[in-house]
Amino acid sequence: MGDVEHTQLQVVEESGVSRRSFIKGVIASGAAVSASNYVLRNGHGVALAQAPGAVERLVTLTVNGQQRRVDVMPQETLAMTLRYKLGLTGTKIGCDRAECGACTVLIDGVSHYGCSTLTHQVRGREVMTIEGLESADGTLHPVQQAVVDKQGFQCAFCMSGFVMNMVELTTENPNATRKEAAQHLSGNICRCADYNRILTVAETALEYTRNGVRS
Amino acid sequence: MAEYKLIGKDYITPDMLAKVTGRSKYAEDFRAEGMLFAKLLLSPMPHARVRRLDTSAAMAMPGVEAILTADDLPEAEAPQEAGLTNEPLYEGDPILAIAAVDEETAAEAIEAVEIDFEPLPFVLDPMDSLRPDSPNARLDGNTMAGRDLSTIKWNDVDWNEFDRGVMPLGGEVTDEWQVGDVEAGFAEADLVLDESVFSASLSHQPLETRSAMAYWQNGKCYMHCSTQSTARTEGGMARWIGVDPEDLVLITEYCGGGFGSKISANIQARVTALLSKKAGKAVMHRVTRQEENFFGRARPGIQARAKFGFKSDGSIVAIDLLHVQDGGPYGRSGDFMSAADQASLMYQPDHMRMRGITVYTNTPPKGAQRAPGGVQAVAMFAPIVDKAAKQLGLDRLEIIRMNAPEGQAIFGRPRQGQQGNVSSAFAKEAIDKARDEFDWDGMQARSKQRNGTKVTGVGAALSSYSAGTSGIDGLLVIRPDGQVEIHTGVGNLGTESFSDTSRAAMEALDTPWEQAEVVWGDTSKHLPWSCIQGGSMTTHAHTRSNWAAGLEAKKRLQEIAADRFGGSSDSFQVADGRVYRGGQSLSFAQAAERAIEMGGVYDGSELPEDINEMTTRSATALQGRGLVVAIKDNYETGGRNMSYVIGFAEVEVDVETGAVKLVDYKASAEVGTILHPQNLIAQVHGGGVQGFGVALGQKWVMDPQWGLHVAKRFYSNRPPTILDVPHEKEMGFSSPNLPDPFSPIGARGVGEPPVGAAAGAVLNAIADALGDDVYFNRSPIMRDMILTKLSPELDEAHNPLSAHV
Repeated sequence: MGDVEHTQLQVVEESGVSRRSFIKGVIASGAAVSASNYVLRNGHGVALAQAPGAVERLVTLTVNGQQRRVDVMPQETLAMTLRYKLGLTGTKIGCDRAECGACTVLIDGVSHYGCSTLTHQVRGREVMTIEGLESADGTLHPVQQAVVDKQGFQCAFCMSGFVMNMVELTTENPNATRKEAAQHLSGNICRCADYNRILTVAETALEYTRNGVRS
Repeated sequence: MAEYKLIGKDYITPDMLAKVTGRSKYAEDFRAEGMLFAKLLLSPMPHARVRRLDTSAAMAMPGVEAILTADDLPEAEAPQEAGLTNEPLYEGDPILAIAAVDEETAAEAIEAVEIDFEPLPFVLDPMDSLRPDSPNARLDGNTMAGRDLSTIKWNDVDWNEFDRGVMPLGGEVTDEWQVGDVEAGFAEADLVLDESVFSASLSHQPLETRSAMAYWQNGKCYMHCSTQSTARTEGGMARWIGVDPEDLVLITEYCGGGFGSKISANIQARVTALLSKKAGKAVMHRVTRQEENFFGRARPGIQARAKFGFKSDGSIVAIDLLHVQDGGPYGRSGDFMSAADQASLMYQPDHMRMRGITVYTNTPPKGAQRAPGGVQAVAMFAPIVDKAAKQLGLDRLEIIRMNAPEGQAIFGRPRQGQQGNVSSAFAKEAIDKARDEFDWDGMQARSKQRNGTKVTGVGAALSSYSAGTSGIDGLLVIRPDGQVEIHTGVGNLGTESFSDTSRAAMEALDTPWEQAEVVWGDTSKHLPWSCIQGGSMTTHAHTRSNWAAGLEAKKRLQEIAADRFGGSSDSFQVADGRVYRGGQSLSFAQAAERAIEMGGVYDGSELPEDINEMTTRSATALQGRGLVVAIKDNYETGGRNMSYVIGFAEVEVDVETGAVKLVDYKASAEVGTILHPQNLIAQVHGGGVQGFGVALGQKWVMDPQWGLHVAKRFYSNRPPTILDVPHEKEMGFSSPNLPDPFSPIGARGVGEPPVGAAAGAVLNAIADALGDDVYFNRSPIMRDMILTKLSPELDEAHNPLSAHV
């Protein structure tokens, strides 16, 4: 058994789920299994049991505070897992190569390009997507409220990436200036090019973070 | 000015909550049972013929379900494209498509296709195809003359002149027009500037690629695709996939940007639908960023000779233009014609001539991009006007103002010997207001100020462009629950005009917006005929049609009330969701119930005869659901609808590195009545930033030896980022907010002119920083051009009229 697989087995075991019950759980979970043939090959006719030396495919992810069991290929990116296996299509793919930031999500509160993060890298970490910002009672996150109040974004294909990055900004530096916000958000591209309004949204979001939402 | 309760007010658009929570579904966000994935085989060379094709090994792979080739498609009439081809005309031209159980299998099957290409001669720069004995991009010709493909070569012009950077006059063209007498005009002029200029091709790069998902059920095709328009995509797409429009269900509630590249049906979605039909299963085609660069359309570059005649007071008396436009390999775009029309409108010369030709090239297909032709016109000509101001010692804003259109200005190519006119132009009022609000004098005082290696430059530019159409339908239903359902066939690519224009109906009904429900983006929900969501026409066209629908609904409500309570219908008023006279009152809910009982013109049983067939079909489907109103906009029109933006830029140019920093940008928008302020400002500034890309570096680079793209992704063909735009304070905005007198409400569109205004202002500001005698004849202005300009001993890196370098 390779070190990698050993470590992964440890992860599964430490989480209190035996390997056997985990596999059974995934098989029973219709969503994970039926969706698993999207985009990335599921290995037609290949049993879920691993070939020697292969990377463990059955993992538990923490996404938006929920434990999600999912069958993940070794080369699978987080953006693909979120969109095609967990049904979280709010995370967009604009370039699939770390150029545009449309796929930005938070991992342990830090913004990452979902297209350039392997899903296997986020096991045991907290993933937050745009779908996880709204409270159960429908209260919007201050960043979301700022978008609504300022009529931020146009086509909005870049919006979830920008919003997640702004969430990081409001946590990291609630006193950020407009210029600092621009620097923080410079890894995201908006092709409607409405950066002026995006920065106004960021300033409003920072203000809501400091002093509460007052829309 | 009229007092409105909804028009001119900010509000939360009905798509906002879904967008901000990630619930909005774009084409790639949909799933269907048993969905396959498609991959394309793209041409690896700029022009070739498929000599041998064997798909048997690919088809035999486990998981491969269908292969669609050009032979499966009806042939397209040249110069149109079919979507798949056996004679690819540019690198990235799709040859075939494969559907398989997952994307990796489809990609692997593409690799298993045995294909052999016969390379054919290619051409990248349109000028190269005009040289004697040069290749044509297409085997059937290099241009369209009238309705025919033909070949035109410039044998009798001085090519040495071109090689020295001067556009040769005298070559054969396909289109020309003249008003007045340009030679007489130049004879009157005190200053004649005769320039050879170039504006580069530019990809649209919407952040959402044109992905599509389609499936078939009981003979109906269900398609999720990325398109700017909804109603106007249905007909073309239905034709392409071989069904009647009623057998195509389009779901297009959210489109991730288009900028003109997705105005109506896009050909790639046709391939997805037909592949799905062949496979008998749903097919998702995720278009990659690189593929979007290949077939996602581009603004065509124009190489031009431009001769401008000025009187000593700055007024422009004559313009003579020769345009050579990059035609790409397919279709026919008219940017070179509209560039001349906009020059005519912006500068109002008495004498003007335009001669032009579009030349096919083996480069990505061209299409409309925000102000097609208009942006190139400003990028090419605003620097000429600016140069004249400096040579004549005039204020650089005043020369723009004195030549700007006013009232029902006459402009453009003559039709049946007559030039047309605009419905209105308050460009001068806009300039006057902006001059004060933006402190033009203060800006000019900072011109040439030096701070270390950085020098400040300021510039201004006017852009005009189309902003409306008329004769479109409105459709609404007042339901028995009292809600007003406003149906719209306008698409939603983030301009929000699908919703902003719907407010006109509620304004006419004097009823709160909370009582409205906008129905959009899904043809199974019974949408009316709309204008295209392009050329920024919807704001004007659909405030008119929805205003008409609102007033018609009001009239029917009054009649229903008169039927119930007696007396004349005029004696009833409509407001706040009620129709009433003193204490006699019906809520919209009660009136809707009565409309259903009354039938006829009230419940949609009897419809007007002049509405579009699509509206009739939708209104008929809605019959009996309440008070159904379908109506055509028959209001008067005062001419062609144009809007105007004046951009003001301040830059710092580093004279040691050639780097340009945009310090400040402000814009004034003359767009008739303001419909939705937040949205208007976003359009003006967002479009402005796209204009920065035109001025500051977005362009193609192609390898001349192999005809392949070098700059095909974001990092190599880089759109402006948040750090490339002024980001220390908010950009400025101003508007005269004057209603177009020939339209109820008087709103015009806004989307087009912001781009050119910003591009022109930035180009002028860069030249201003470098000296009063500095002039660039090419956009974008790259750093090497700045450094070469500052060091006359250096040779230019390339002929400034060369394309794709």
